[in-house]
Amino acid sequence: MADSGAVAAVPTTDHPLPLVGKSTVKPTWCPGCGDYGVVAAIEMAVKRLRLPSHEVVIVSGIGCSSNLPHFLSAYGFHGIHGRVLPVAEGIRWANHELTVIGTGGDGDGFGIGCGHFVHAMRRNVKICYVTMDNEIYGLTTGQASPTSELGHRTKSTPFGVIERPIDPIALALASGATYVARGFSGDVKHLADLVANGLTHRGFAFVDVMSPCVTYNKINTFDFFRQRVYKLESAGHDPSDLVAAWQRALEWGEKIPIGLFYKTDRPTYEELEEVLSAGPLARQPAGLRAHPEILDEFV
Amino acid sequence: MTEISVRFGGAAGDGIASLGEMITRSFSRRGLHAMGLNAYQSVIRGGHVWFQTRASTDPIHSQGDGTDLLYALDALTVEIHAPEVRRGGTVIFDPEKFTLPRDRIPTGVSVLEVPTLAIARKYSTQAILQNAAGLGAAAALAGVPWATLHDVIQDSFGRKSDNVVQWNLGASEDGYRYALEHAAVHDRAPAGGGAAKLVLTGNQAIALGAAAAGCKFLSQYPMTPASSIMHWMAAHSRALGIVVKQAEDELAAINMAIGASFGGVRAMTATSGGGFALMVEALGMAGMTETPLVVVESQRSGPSTGLPTKTEQGDLNLMLGAGQGEFPRAILAPADPAEAYRAAIRAFELAEAFQTPVLLASDLHLSESYFTVDREAIALPPDPPSLFTVAENGHEYRRYEITPSGVSPRALPGQPGLQFVAGSDEHDEWGHLISDVRSGVPEGVAKRVEMMDKRMRKLRGLADAAPTPFVEGPVPAELTIVAWGSSVGPVRDAVANLRAEGIVANVLRVPTVYPLQVEALVPLLRAARRTLLVELNYSGQFGRLVRAETGIELPERLLKYDGEPLYPREIVARAKEVVRAHGG
Repeated sequence: MADSGAVAAVPTTDHPLPLVGKSTVKPTWCPGCGDYGVVAAIEMAVKRLRLPSHEVVIVSGIGCSSNLPHFLSAYGFHGIHGRVLPVAEGIRWANHELTVIGTGGDGDGFGIGCGHFVHAMRRNVKICYVTMDNEIYGLTTGQASPTSELGHRTKSTPFGVIERPIDPIALALASGATYVARGFSGDVKHLADLVANGLTHRGFAFVDVMSPCVTYNKINTFDFFRQRVYKLESAGHDPSDLVAAWQRALEWGEKIPIGLFYKTDRPTYEELEEVLSAGPLARQPAGLRAHPEILDEFV
Repeated sequence: MTEISVRFGGAAGDGIASLGEMITRSFSRRGLHAMGLNAYQSVIRGGHVWFQTRASTDPIHSQGDGTDLLYALDALTVEIHAPEVRRGGTVIFDPEKFTLPRDRIPTGVSVLEVPTLAIARKYSTQAILQNAAGLGAAAALAGVPWATLHDVIQDSFGRKSDNVVQWNLGASEDGYRYALEHAAVHDRAPAGGGAAKLVLTGNQAIALGAAAAGCKFLSQYPMTPASSIMHWMAAHSRALGIVVKQAEDELAAINMAIGASFGGVRAMTATSGGGFALMVEALGMAGMTETPLVVVESQRSGPSTGLPTKTEQGDLNLMLGAGQGEFPRAILAPADPAEAYRAAIRAFELAEAFQTPVLLASDLHLSESYFTVDREAIALPPDPPSLFTVAENGHEYRRYEITPSGVSPRALPGQPGLQFVAGSDEHDEWGHLISDVRSGVPEGVAKRVEMMDKRMRKLRGLADAAPTPFVEGPVPAELTIVAWGSSVGPVRDAVANLRAEGIVANVLRVPTVYPLQVEALVPLLRAARRTLLVELNYSGQFGRLVRAETGIELPERLLKYDGEPLYPREIVARAKEVVRAHGG
């Protein structure tokens, strides 16, 4: 029965199917945008894992960074603002043979979509979620975001932000995330490692990327991060230690840690959902004809 | 036609609904037509709840007017419902529980005192067992054979401990025997005969229809009166291979369903008006990304939280207008569970054929009431084939190819060589955005129009493929009653009652409320001698749609927004006014 969903009309070929690479669409980001580093890192990661284009789905929401799916040759779903994760979860549950990558910004993920973020992590759905966190709303021309720092003057906060910023790393730890990392788009190779390891992780992998907005955020710039970031793996951090991860998560100021904060092994939602043990849902038989006895319960 | 109605009333927590379900099954198993109305409040314990089952030798479509037997668990039930008991009927109660307000008992109605608490004490210290005794007494007077009731109780409690089953059987039998020793079977008790019928709520029918249509994924957030769709699906998810996901909110629910559909399965979400209001933005995304989606909107009284456990048809405007901008959609409005089953199947077929959202409009009255359905009405369609067969591979594959029908070849993730990006931004045939650097430039402007036209062309196809308006009942008629959704049930019964009074009426049915099939509808409206619009909302939302689409006014109306279902007598009274006013 699983064969009933066999891919149709695909010529057999001795050549390996194309891997994920650049698409024909050129990025429309501002010159110097941090997101160029992120798309490059994702491309490096999927190439390293030799993932064929047709087996990868990149899902995004709305915002500058959410245009990312158009720039790679995988399947993509460029949805509405804040709904990256529920769409990505639906895709995973429909076909858990697919590699699903979520992408988006800090407004998309930690503002309008924050509820979904928390729930996706407690579910441990196997999605690699890469946020391009620039601490500003770029596409709407420069308003405060949930991660904008206290005092940050923006178009919507001309007298400075008076709300404490969300700490995505701490939020992820509190939500039961099983893979929590921070990258910097100014260090593409390091970021590619975090993404590649996230893609093979058993469950939800969260990679929050410091990805500067060169147009609207004059505080959290490339230089700001270059002067502050240090790598957790070079600092003797043990990513299996949740308490240590919490301590590192709270560091933000003169020193900003990047790398893997925390990783643990827990079954994925897909593994625990009994229905999916019979294979990808999309390839399972459908309908009621095999179960006419179900009508008996209504007598 | 012989019919009888049995009503149970008490407080939430008294087990009224399960009594109602059991008496309904006792009738349906004897081949009778039955309808069960569960009237409850948004409280878990206390308050006032009641359940009425009407059973008949002939088809019935509503709870009817009044009752014949009333089993009251408290004085309030007698206060409220005893005046509705028809001549020849009986009020059953236990004097140990409360003092009967005798002044509420109409002339010609008997009182039967049954020692339900004493019977319960024979078996257990659990006072709720009194219900079983009351059920037995009511069933006895309704002419239900003991063997039938016995089997229904056994099946209903089958999963509980042997003691619980035995206590319930014992108490019921005691109540049954007691009633027959102290009163007579009601002389309108219908005799059984014929094959047992199925008893389905509208929600069960929708869930069953979805499963039959090959739905593999349901994501939903709890909200009355849609929740029982999720309950049924969840209970059967492993047997049927359906992933049921209770989402964190309705935003997630609809987006998960869209993701699942994009991923290659038939997917559905279900909610009521409040949840649907949250889904609106994503509904448009399904339209824009051309992702098939079925959304059940089971309406309840609004606005806002409204009356959570009461019915209404007040969300039609919301369903018609949900979403910014314009995109093709269909809205199906079944009248009863048999139709709801078929409508669910049709909704999936239409959603997939036209790659756009299809709404299935229900309401609390249809979703939660119990109706008998002939087993033959639940025909199992052929199992759907896999979706992985739609698109052809090719170098020129365009996911959003511009076609005469507006429908483009669909590819699914996992199919090699067909990668595309589904965008909620405006895009071209390849799925590339025309919302940024191409917006406003001549090529982008022209493409925008082409893409809008392509998508909106699906409306023509939807109108051709969806069920069309028709007239039920005699033609010609003195009066044509225009109704949609669950209002059709009480209208059907009113038509029968009018006939008995010498007035020939029929029902104009609109199973697809959108797109309104004007070519089919206008001749039917023009052929009507006079019309009466019946809707459960304040402003006559469907009437406004008809006028907007056809220019035809439906001036005579019965609009109701008290949260209660329509009663045939209300429709009969209004119909008579209309016929008289027009010299009928």
